[in-house]
Amino acid sequence: MWKVWQYSAYDLLRSRWTYIYFAFFLIVSFSLLRMSSSLMMAVVSLVNIVNILIPLIGTIFGAIYFYNSREFMELLISQPLKRRSLFLGHYLGLASSLAGSFLLGMGIPFVFFRIWQSDQFGNFLSLMFTGILLTFIFVGIAYLIALLNDNKVKGFGIAIVVWLFMVVLYDGLFILLLVAFEDYPLEKFSLAASFLNPVDLSRIFVMLKLDIAALMGYTGAVFSKFLGSSNGIFLSVALMLIWIFVPLLAYLRIARKKDF
Amino acid sequence: MRKLLFGLLGAFMLIGVGSFADSDTIRVSREGKLNSISTAIQQAKDGDVILISPGIYDEQEVVVDKSVSIIGIDYPVLEGAGKKHDVLIVKHDSVIINGLRIRNVQTDYIRDLSAINVQANHCIVENNRLDNTFFGIYLQKCRGNIVRNNIVEGEAKNEISSGNAVHLWYCQNTSVINNSFKNHRDGIYLEFSDSIEITNNVSEGNLRYGLHFMFSNHNVYSGNTFKSNGAGVAVMFSRHIIMKNNDFTSNWGSASYGLLLKEIYDGEITGNRFTSNTIGIYGESANRLIVADNDFERNGWALRILGSCADNTFTHNNFIGNSFDLGTNASQKTNVYKNNFWASYSGYDLNHDGVGDVPYKPVNLFSYLVERIPQSILLHRGMFIQVLNYAEKVAPIFTPEDLADNAPLMKKIKR
Repeated sequence: MWKVWQYSAYDLLRSRWTYIYFAFFLIVSFSLLRMSSSLMMAVVSLVNIVNILIPLIGTIFGAIYFYNSREFMELLISQPLKRRSLFLGHYLGLASSLAGSFLLGMGIPFVFFRIWQSDQFGNFLSLMFTGILLTFIFVGIAYLIALLNDNKVKGFGIAIVVWLFMVVLYDGLFILLLVAFEDYPLEKFSLAASFLNPVDLSRIFVMLKLDIAALMGYTGAVFSKFLGSSNGIFLSVALMLIWIFVPLLAYLRIARKKDF
Repeated sequence: MRKLLFGLLGAFMLIGVGSFADSDTIRVSREGKLNSISTAIQQAKDGDVILISPGIYDEQEVVVDKSVSIIGIDYPVLEGAGKKHDVLIVKHDSVIINGLRIRNVQTDYIRDLSAINVQANHCIVENNRLDNTFFGIYLQKCRGNIVRNNIVEGEAKNEISSGNAVHLWYCQNTSVINNSFKNHRDGIYLEFSDSIEITNNVSEGNLRYGLHFMFSNHNVYSGNTFKSNGAGVAVMFSRHIIMKNNDFTSNWGSASYGLLLKEIYDGEITGNRFTSNTIGIYGESANRLIVADNDFERNGWALRILGSCADNTFTHNNFIGNSFDLGTNASQKTNVYKNNFWASYSGYDLNHDGVGDVPYKPVNLFSYLVERIPQSILLHRGMFIQVLNYAEKVAPIFTPEDLADNAPLMKKIKR
């Protein structure tokens, strides 16, 4: 498995897209930290960027990379190698190199601006943390989609729709339901609904420490009590991990049985 | 006019010399023959000075019924623990209380026990330190008093079992200057008190309000700092309050406000700084106010003005980095917003006169939605919300159409 991981990681290290991805985060976080009036606002903007772009790049680049290295994979299948380690290594190769680009791209400006000395250090850490988790989640989802669809165009289409759904449409449905049932107590429903989508979950995970908690008022006491507690943090991390493992296990399971 | 001035001066000098001539200094000390403040007051006559040496004085209720100056040297301590009465009661006009340390006044659910209870006029309470007193300085039915340079620190745990640092009840012409109030229920509480001046105080970490007006008219507070209180200042059922140059900072929490306005009329809110409050100004039935030259930075809501507020004018304020500039449940425009600087304004200024050519609408769709369904705040800063806000901005359906600043400024107003 580590050999395959090494191969795909080296392969990506030679790809210019890894560097573009890295440079993008570097420039964006540098300029935001530089120009933003307060550190907190910079974090808020970064949360937005992380929550939109990481899923997008994860799904699209994941699908592209999987389709591109399909022949290489087929070649390796004919070798005496476990399929599990082959496919897992390949997945880890991409996910870890994307996560690495993200980590470096964001991390260098943070070090440069001496974030660890500011009160936003905790928020930066949780932003990094959720960014990495989101990378692993969406690369996994993209691999699953690409594996299920041999037709590239269809695969891309589904990947984009999934991204659109998670990032945009889900919130729309959420709001529709909130408006439709506004006469009922909605605390538990909205809590559950926001926990089911990894993008919402990661946004709230960071935002809760920024301003949502205080903006929620009396009715939101349920949220802040729950999400702010160690139980809430534990549960949100656990759910993010489930979002990593369920698509990944499905992908490995299908890969094991698939006739190439 | 000049004659009058000279006359007054002369009169003052005569009084001064006169009182100086026959005033004695009485010394009280723990080790000396005279070791009780109460006894010292009994022996004193009007105009005397009672000097108190350092030490702990465990006395029954000290009643000041002569116009004496009680001056502590190096903060002598008056102990209130275990007593069911006020520590010091001032019942005669023109008393000065200076440099005492009073501590541990008992909590009582029937009587408002206090460290210094003033029931007379023209008294000065200054340079005292009050620690863990149920009520700190309690002024009732009096006028012309001055409370200055005191440090009042409580140990309030909840609103029911705690008192106010300074409590004014039916007072007139009182000044509260340069004090510091911490960890009480309210920093300063006014009820039925008029013409009060509250200047340069620091009110911090109080459970309920930093400053609280009830049925009190024609008061001025300026240059104060209200930090990390339940709410910075609450002005309720009062008229003609002038609020100038105060700092409202970090009143942050699920039910916190910088400035809470309820049933108030004809006030002026100018030159204040609202920073990092959950709600900068919350208005409910607040009418005919002028809100000008204030800075609102990094608040949750800079303003939350309900539909019951009318005829208020918001002008020349800076709104920077607030999560929401304005929240309202109003469907009509009943207040005037003019010439403010809104950092999130994205319009243009073709003729370069510094005023934007497109109106700015401070209420966006999401703040309207949050007002209706508080739970939707979970979607705050999500991408869908941004798309929605943009669509609403282009073609308003839900938000009140005429609620806008028609002449927003292009640049931040420098103070």
